[in-house]
Amino acid sequence: MHLSNDILLAAIEQQLPGVVLSHEESYGMLTLETTREQIIPILEFVKNDANLQVNFLTSLCGIHYPDQPGRELGVVYHLQSMRNNFRFRIKIFFSIDDPIVPTATTVWLAANWMERETYDFYGVLFTGHPNLKRILNVDDLDVFPMRKEYKLEDGTRTDKDDRFFGRDGHEGQLLE
Amino acid sequence: MQVQSYFSGLDTIDGELVTLNLGPTHPATHGIFQNVLKMDGERILDSEQTIGYIHRAFEKLAERRPFYQITTITDRLNYCSSPINNMGWHMTVEKLIGCDVPKRAQYMRVIIMELARIADHLVCNTVIGVDTGALTGFTYMFQERELIYEMFEEVCGARLTTNIGRIGGMERDFTPAFHQKLKSFLKGFPARFDEFTSLLERNRIFIDRTVGAGPIAGERALEYGFTGPNLRAAGVDYDVRVSDPYCSYEDFDFIIPVGERGDTYDRFLVRQEEIRQSLRIIEQAYKNLPIGNYHAEVPDFYLPPKPDVYTKMEALIYHFKIVMGEIPVPKGEVYHCVEGGNGELGFYLVSDGGRQPFRLHFRRPCFIYYQAYPEMIKGSFLSDAILTMSSMNVIAGELDA
Amino acid sequence: MADKSVEMPEGYGGEGFFATSLAQAVGKARANSLWPLPFATSCCGIEFMATMGANYDLSRFGMERLSFSPRQADLLMVMGTIAKKMGPVLKQVYTQMAEPKWVIAVGACASSGGIFDTYSVLQGIDKVIPVDVYVPGCPPRPEQIIDGIMKIQELVRNEPARRRYSAEYQHLMEKYQIG
Repeated sequence: MHLSNDILLAAIEQQLPGVVLSHEESYGMLTLETTREQIIPILEFVKNDANLQVNFLTSLCGIHYPDQPGRELGVVYHLQSMRNNFRFRIKIFFSIDDPIVPTATTVWLAANWMERETYDFYGVLFTGHPNLKRILNVDDLDVFPMRKEYKLEDGTRTDKDDRFFGRDGHEGQLLE
Repeated sequence: MQVQSYFSGLDTIDGELVTLNLGPTHPATHGIFQNVLKMDGERILDSEQTIGYIHRAFEKLAERRPFYQITTITDRLNYCSSPINNMGWHMTVEKLIGCDVPKRAQYMRVIIMELARIADHLVCNTVIGVDTGALTGFTYMFQERELIYEMFEEVCGARLTTNIGRIGGMERDFTPAFHQKLKSFLKGFPARFDEFTSLLERNRIFIDRTVGAGPIAGERALEYGFTGPNLRAAGVDYDVRVSDPYCSYEDFDFIIPVGERGDTYDRFLVRQEEIRQSLRIIEQAYKNLPIGNYHAEVPDFYLPPKPDVYTKMEALIYHFKIVMGEIPVPKGEVYHCVEGGNGELGFYLVSDGGRQPFRLHFRRPCFIYYQAYPEMIKGSFLSDAILTMSSMNVIAGELDA
Repeated sequence: MADKSVEMPEGYGGEGFFATSLAQAVGKARANSLWPLPFATSCCGIEFMATMGANYDLSRFGMERLSFSPRQADLLMVMGTIAKKMGPVLKQVYTQMAEPKWVIAVGACASSGGIFDTYSVLQGIDKVIPVDVYVPGCPPRPEQIIDGIMKIQELVRNEPARRRYSAEYQHLMEKYQIG
């Protein structure tokens, strides 16, 4: 069956009306936005539907937009259907004060470590995850380093002087 | 370590079980990751992984570096086949800025990427041999890798972490020395590779060691997010070069080798056949190498030639702007994937129009399929577990990023 | 035919005997039969594999026998990035080695953190263990690694007999809180 952005959107609308908050096409790839309450029903639907056959969770990652109050943290799911050779992504956003998302490990086992990585980097708590603890950073790290407010460099290092690296604490910001 | 408490409850019930710590420094793990195994004699009942011993914060680092400096970071993902990572990143940025690379540059990229794939698979297969006790194949095939390194050196100057190519094409055309080296490689490699094949492929001891070691079914592998040779050995013929062709791969004629049981022997054979197919692709690309420019005309992103920089004002300004990172990257988000040595290597790039990416996420195949390791070794012997790990080709740089 | 024997140390020789200092004799023996422990973590580890291969051949220097057990190794070759998570493991491996032991930091990451000036990478292994030779490069070519090995050999050859018991060495160990 030939899958296209419109066909997928229509199928989701038909099965779960109103869950797609917005959608856009970015460089040809369909990008849907939904809420964290609805993400697992959508994932289960697209996986189990006989026509869509979205059988693969390509990637799961977090993202932090400090300038969007109430929607600072987000999780982006990249999915693909190998039989129909079709890819799309789903995003969810939620407040940084309440970073709770249901786990996708019930749908795809691949989400296990990817969610641990997202927790490690952004502090997103996945409810129902079998083993939610830090995976890449040291276990006793008390910050979530990928959030925008944290510096890249280790502040306690003594052998490098930031002035000589052209760093004055404003790196990462736009010039304008 | 913390994992002791996880297993100590079981220990008191049955005092016969042994907790064995495999790693993080272990000669057979070929990388630093830790496995704590719960064993009944020689059989493994359960295992738990700890990774992150080489976490270098690539994704955070990428948010602080201009686009051309991120190429050096991508080098260090799967460092056995760095050119594939570099090209994947360049293609991601080219997709973002909407740049079309000329055919000659695409064919050049294909040749370099397939050479890198051969180098990566040679490491993995020879190391499977080493872990079963056959060191000779390793020493002979590493001579072939030296020849591949020499070719990379001709193009970009470095052997291992190549930083090859540029956004918009390649940095220089193939030199006459490269042509000569490639021709002699294409002529001599098949025979020498057949020597290695004859050592192991139909070797009774090797087959007895590897058949049935760490099998995984195709559907289970898809659940775990497997891609690359590990997935193809399990029976699913998914290859990014065929499903989402990039860089003119649709012009070439090659097959995708597929296994049956997904065990170590199938993974070994799939990689062997992929080396032969890569050789076929290189021959086709080299024979049909089109005439043209080796880079696209994108003066905003591609450094102008040095003589122009010293004499023309416009070139000087472009050079300054590119090096300072003031390149006109549009806002947007793009996901691009290439077939890396281990599977689908994806780059999810979110740009806010600034000098550095807003968010860059690497979809690393090693990280995703290593999750399945406890399931693959459950119930097998320790020596099979070692073989399974080396046949999965887990590269620590790509695992931890 | 080229003379491949090792240079004679300074001493006094005669018919059937040769007198030299114990340190010199032992130093020569040690230098040409070091047992390295390849602590290969990342990309530099692959260049080390190429150095051990037939083209660059590290076994010419007597290093044919790699030891993965620290109890049996003389030379700790740290090749690759050491993250903060790995630091205690590295220190433990170093502590388990028996005296005399030498450390070579291969690559920019082991020497100073390299290009990874990040929160999770140790900015040089000399933050946790004392280092004898640093080999810069990212990754260093096999010839550079061999150059570093030859410098280690020079250190080994000329080491005073009582160096490991000297106050200076004890002070160094205390600075790193080892033993």
